[in-house]
Amino acid sequence: MEQKIDGRAKIKRRSNLNLLERLYLPEIFKGLTITFRQIFKPKFTFEYPDVKWKPPASFRGRPVLVYNDETGVERCVACGLCARVCPALAIEVVAGETELDKERYPKKFEINMLRCIYCGLCEEVCPEEAIVMSDEYELVFTNREEAIFGKDKLLVPASKLKERLDFLKKMR
Amino acid sequence: MAKITIDGKTVEVKDGLTILQAAQEIGIDIPHFCYHPALSIAGNCRMCLVEVEKMPKLVIACATRVTDGMVVYTKSEKVVKARQAVLEFILINHPLDCPICDEAGECKLQNYTYIYGPGHSRFTEEKVHKPKRVPLGANIVLDVERCIMCSRCVRFFDEIVKDPQLTFTQRGDRVVLTTFPGKKLDNPYSMNIIDICPVGALTSRDFRFRERTWNMTAIESICPGCARGCNVYLWVRNNQILRITPRQNMEVNKYWMCDYGRFTYIPVNSDDRIKSPMVRRNGDLIEVDWETAISEAVSILKNAKPNEIAVIGSPFATNEDNFALQKFAKTVLKAKYIDFIKHVKDGDEDNFLIRADKTPNSLGAYLVGIRPGNGYGLDAILNGLKERKFKVIYVMDDDIVLDDEIYNLLDDVKVIVHATNKNKTVDKASVVFASASFAEKEGTFTNFEGRVQKINIAVLPLNIEPYMLYKPRKFGEAKPNTGEINKAELAHARLFKFGTPFDRWASGERRNVKPSWKVITELANNLGAKFTYTTAKDVFEEITTAVREFRGLSYENLKNGAMIKKD
Ligand code: SF4
Ligand code: SF4
Ligand code: SF4
Ligand code: SF4
Ligand code: FES
Repeated sequence: MEQKIDGRAKIKRRSNLNLLERLYLPEIFKGLTITFRQIFKPKFTFEYPDVKWKPPASFRGRPVLVYNDETGVERCVACGLCARVCPALAIEVVAGETELDKERYPKKFEINMLRCIYCGLCEEVCPEEAIVMSDEYELVFTNREEAIFGKDKLLVPASKLKERLDFLKKMR
Repeated sequence: MAKITIDGKTVEVKDGLTILQAAQEIGIDIPHFCYHPALSIAGNCRMCLVEVEKMPKLVIACATRVTDGMVVYTKSEKVVKARQAVLEFILINHPLDCPICDEAGECKLQNYTYIYGPGHSRFTEEKVHKPKRVPLGANIVLDVERCIMCSRCVRFFDEIVKDPQLTFTQRGDRVVLTTFPGKKLDNPYSMNIIDICPVGALTSRDFRFRERTWNMTAIESICPGCARGCNVYLWVRNNQILRITPRQNMEVNKYWMCDYGRFTYIPVNSDDRIKSPMVRRNGDLIEVDWETAISEAVSILKNAKPNEIAVIGSPFATNEDNFALQKFAKTVLKAKYIDFIKHVKDGDEDNFLIRADKTPNSLGAYLVGIRPGNGYGLDAILNGLKERKFKVIYVMDDDIVLDDEIYNLLDDVKVIVHATNKNKTVDKASVVFASASFAEKEGTFTNFEGRVQKINIAVLPLNIEPYMLYKPRKFGEAKPNTGEINKAELAHARLFKFGTPFDRWASGERRNVKPSWKVITELANNLGAKFTYTTAKDVFEEITTAVREFRGLSYENLKNGAMIKKD
C-alpha cells in the first residue's frame, strides 16, 4: 500500500512473512553463513594503538607549518590569509619584520585545535604553500591552553611532508 | 550648468567639474590612482580613461571638464579594454606579492586589479628591481618597487604643506622617488602621504607589518592632541589601538592630520596605565574595588569645609566629565575654588592644523562651567596651597604638580585624583579613581572654534562587552564593490565580534576604568545628591539645557560635529 505525505511516497513495510521466514531458523543460518565467511577474508581493522594507520596523501590531518630543511626558515610570510579564510577562526597570526628577502615572518602563529575543523581551507588559500594538512590525527590535550598549538608544535620540515606537498602539486 | 549623460543617466552638473567629479556626484565611481580631490590634477596614471561621444580617442576623466551635451560611457568595451591595458602596464614592474605588502586590503591597485584587471599576467621577463625599505625620515619607510609614480605624495608636499621634500629622479621604468640629496622628510604632516599613497610604497615605520587591515575595527573618534580636534579613526585589534588615521571632515581637518596626533594612542596602550581604583593604606597605594575607593573619597570630602576644597577640572576630559564635575563642586561640595590648567605651548602652532593649545577640550571645559569666580582661579588655588588653606585637592584627569614646590606641598593635603596614567599627582594621592582614556569612553569635545565633536569607545573597559557596541549591518546596505574603501562603512572586524574569553586574540587587557562623569555621579549620590545620569548622552542632554552655548544641539547629530551658538 502506498500513500502520499507532503507529496512524498511513504512505503509501508510488508508484514505478512511467508512460512520459511516465519520458521526463524533458516534465516538465522543465512546470517551466520555471512558472518563465518568473513573470518577467512583479509582483515580491515587495526589493533590500534599498537598498530597505527598510515593515511593516504589526500588525508587531512592537523594543519602544520612547513619549514625549509636547509635554512630552517619557515615558508610562511604572515600574510594572514589563512586566518581570514578559516571558517572556525582557529588561526592567529602576528607578523613581524625580518631582514630576509621575504620581509615578513610570523612572530606568533597559533592554531586553536579546539576550533579547527580540518577543512583544509587554510592550505588551499596559502600563497606560499606554507601551511599544509599533515597526516597526524592523534591530538591529545587535557585543557584549553594546551589545545592552542604555537610555532613550536606547528613547524615541520618540508622533507617530512613530501607526500602531501607532492600531492598538492599534482592536484593543482 | 551643463547637461551630461553618463552611462545613460542624464544629469545637470555645475560647469567646470571634471567628468570624474560629475560621475561621483551621481554615484558612479570611475577608477583612478593619481586624482585626489585635495590635490592638483596630474593626469599621469591613465586609469580613469572613459569614452566620450564625438571624441576620437578615450579621454582621462580626471582632467576633462564637462561640456553641455556630453555623452560619456564608463563601462563600454573600449573602456574595459583600456583599463585592463593600463593595469597590465602598471603591473609589469610592480611586485605581485600582495600577501607580503602592508597595503593589502586597502590598496587601490589590488582592488582595481581584482575588479577591472585582466586576471592573469603575460609578463614572464625579470621585473625591474629597485631599492626596498628606504627610510624617508623618522616615521616613513619607502618601497620603491611598489611605487606606481602617481605623484600624489610629491604634490602633497608641494601643494598642501608648501614644503617640497620629495621628487622623482630618472625616467621610464627606472623612475625612483626620493628626497632631495642629503635631506630627510621632517615636515610635521609628512605621514599623510602614507594614507594618500594608493599602493603600499609608503608605510609607517610604527605600524608597518603590525596587523592586517581587515583584522582591525576602525572606530570614529577625535584626536586628543590639540585644540583642532582632527577627526580620526582609531584602529583597534585585541583591545589595543594599533594606529590612528585621519577621517575626512571638510570643516575641521579635511583629509589630513599631523604626525604628532598619530602617536596619541601610545599613552592608552602604555604600561603606566592605572588599571583599577586605588586608595592609600600605610603609605602605599593599593588596588581596591570601586565601592571602597568611593567611600574613602566620601569620608575625606565630608571632613572638609567648602572653602577647604579646591577642584581642578580638565581640558583633556570631555564636556560631560567637566559638566558633572562643576555641578558636583558647585551643588554638592559648594566649593568656590575651581579651575582647570591650560596646556599651551607658545609658538608650537601653524596656520594649517596644529594649535598651541595641546588639549582637545579647553573651550568646552570653560563653557560647561569650569570657570572660577573672581579670585578663586588657578593662581588662587596654588597660592592657597602655599598658605596651607586647603584640606582637599580634587583633581580630575590632569596633573597639578607643575613644579617641585607643589609636589612637596601636596604632602599636607588629601589628594583625590582621577587619572588615566601614573603622574606626580597620583604619587601623592589618597584616592585614585582609574579614569577611562579618550579611547575608552563616549562623550564630546569642543574644539577651539566651538565645534562639538563626538568620541566613541574603541578600547573596551572591564564592564563593556562587544555586543553593547556592535551594531549589525542592515540588509541591503552594502554597495557594489567599486574598489573605493569607505571606512565609515567598515563593519567591526570579525575577531572583535566573535571572540570568546578562551581566544588569545580576544583577551587583550581590559582595565577597570570608568569615565569621570560616572565616578562623580556615584560620588555625588553617596554624598546625598541625586544625580540621575546613566549614560554620557544623559549628561550631554542636561548640558544642552543648562549651558546657553550648547542649546539646540542633539547627541545624535554630532557625526560631523556641530557648532555651538556664539553671540
Ligand atoms: S596563508 Fe600561508 S603565508 Fe599566509 S599567514 Fe597563513 S601560512 Fe603564512
Ligand atoms: S583546517 Fe580549516 S578550520 Fe582548521 S585551521 Fe585550517 S582553515 Fe581553519
Ligand atoms: S609613493 Fe605612493 S603616492 Fe608617492 S608616487 Fe609612489 S605610488 Fe604615488
Ligand atoms: S593638528 Fe591637533 S588635533 Fe589634528 S592631529 Fe595634530 S594634534 Fe591632533
Ligand atoms: S586619475 Fe586620471 S589620469 Fe590618474
